[in-house]
Amino acid sequence: MKSEVNTVNNNISSLAQAKPLASPAVQIDFLNSDDLIKFETKLESSALYPLVSSDIDIFQVNLGKMCNQVCKHCHVDAGPDRKEIMTKETMQLCLDALDSCNISTVDLTGGAPEMNPNFRWFIEELSQRGKHIIVRCNLTIILANNKYHDLPDFFAKHKVEVVSSLPHFSAKRTDSQRGKGVFEKSIEALQMLNAIGYGKADSELRLNLVYNPSGAFLPDDQKGLENEFKRRLKNNFDIDFNELFAITNLPISRFLEYLVDTEKYEDYMQELIDAYNPEAAKGVMCRNTISIGWDGFLYDCDFNQMLDLKVNTASQHIRDFNAEDLHSREIIVNQHCFGCTAGSGSSCGGTTT
Amino acid sequence: MDNSYYDPKDLKKFGNITEWQPKLGEKFFDYYGEVFKEGALTAREKSLIALAVSHAVHCPYCIDAYTSDSLKKGADEEQMMEAIHVAAAIKSGAVLVHGVQMMNKADDITM
Repeated sequence: MKSEVNTVNNNISSLAQAKPLASPAVQIDFLNSDDLIKFETKLESSALYPLVSSDIDIFQVNLGKMCNQVCKHCHVDAGPDRKEIMTKETMQLCLDALDSCNISTVDLTGGAPEMNPNFRWFIEELSQRGKHIIVRCNLTIILANNKYHDLPDFFAKHKVEVVSSLPHFSAKRTDSQRGKGVFEKSIEALQMLNAIGYGKADSELRLNLVYNPSGAFLPDDQKGLENEFKRRLKNNFDIDFNELFAITNLPISRFLEYLVDTEKYEDYMQELIDAYNPEAAKGVMCRNTISIGWDGFLYDCDFNQMLDLKVNTASQHIRDFNAEDLHSREIIVNQHCFGCTAGSGSSCGGTTT
Repeated sequence: MDNSYYDPKDLKKFGNITEWQPKLGEKFFDYYGEVFKEGALTAREKSLIALAVSHAVHCPYCIDAYTSDSLKKGADEEQMMEAIHVAAAIKSGAVLVHGVQMMNKADDITM
């Protein structure tokens, strides 16, 4: 049965509600407080421990935790009350870092990255440098305020790849995870993006959707889900998109709270462990990604960022960025990593096998 | 033994049936796995059929398994409930169509 805990105070972050699991340290303790097999042990069994990084292909920047939505599964614990925002000075340090290496893809996330006051300046700077830019857009931000209505045109001007969460093609399932009315606004925003060429077969403007399960279960076959999403969104709303990325919910932050509140934590962790796939472990995204936090600290991925697990190198801040130092670094792993190695694998770009 | 015929934990032990008859059990599970693979019908369509049949045969283990499986495969609540209505329509239709037999018999034995 659905927990009442998840239905109260759903317009502010867990941090603002002073929930214990809003603390990264408490989450880490909780994830290690049981007798379940350790992620390191599983990696060892596949001769992958310690997990080591390769060249960095993706420079993922978290522009801040502020968001116009408060999604129940959010691993960032983002929301309107979160004030952590990347400054222009830190963005400049990111640009300096990019100028010092040949990383071609810059992936912008948040919160709602568009709410950062220097978001457009940063995109323009990246665009001038010829970077492939990805923006993880929650869709509703486009309709949240007049000042965001031209975002589709701005994205198109800089050929930004738009990656947007839409957990389901049914309003009920999307709204239950992302908030009342989110589905309707998301559909309107998708139609706006389609209208200027995003997601169309003959267009270079890429529009990809992110599916994540709206509950304590793993995503199924990505291609099968993509086919169904395409069919239903086309038939019901005349919406086109390029690819569907199926992402597994990792047991941290608000999704961890949900698992604990509904007494599904142990079963979910066991499901992740049972579904451990060595091939998925080989392809985890942390091996070719560097994640930069709003305050400039470096992490192996956005999940480690939220757990405050910084990179295992001497310099841990963007001001000291050195791509060579980060190459072959030992990735920091913990129990939440089972989420990226289950089944077909999971990353910000969907499955990894 | 517990005081109940059904325990949700038993679903995960389904595979144990091979312990007492490996040959037949393994053949069954091979067949079962093959049936549910993507084919002329999609895996999602098969899951919805299984969900409907689960209700028709009153199998709580199957309802548990195929509710989860249908959700995983992207089915929505409306599709799942429609699938069950198909099962319900066939079940009730199967009762009612025998009404013709009743009518025939009644016609036969009355003036």
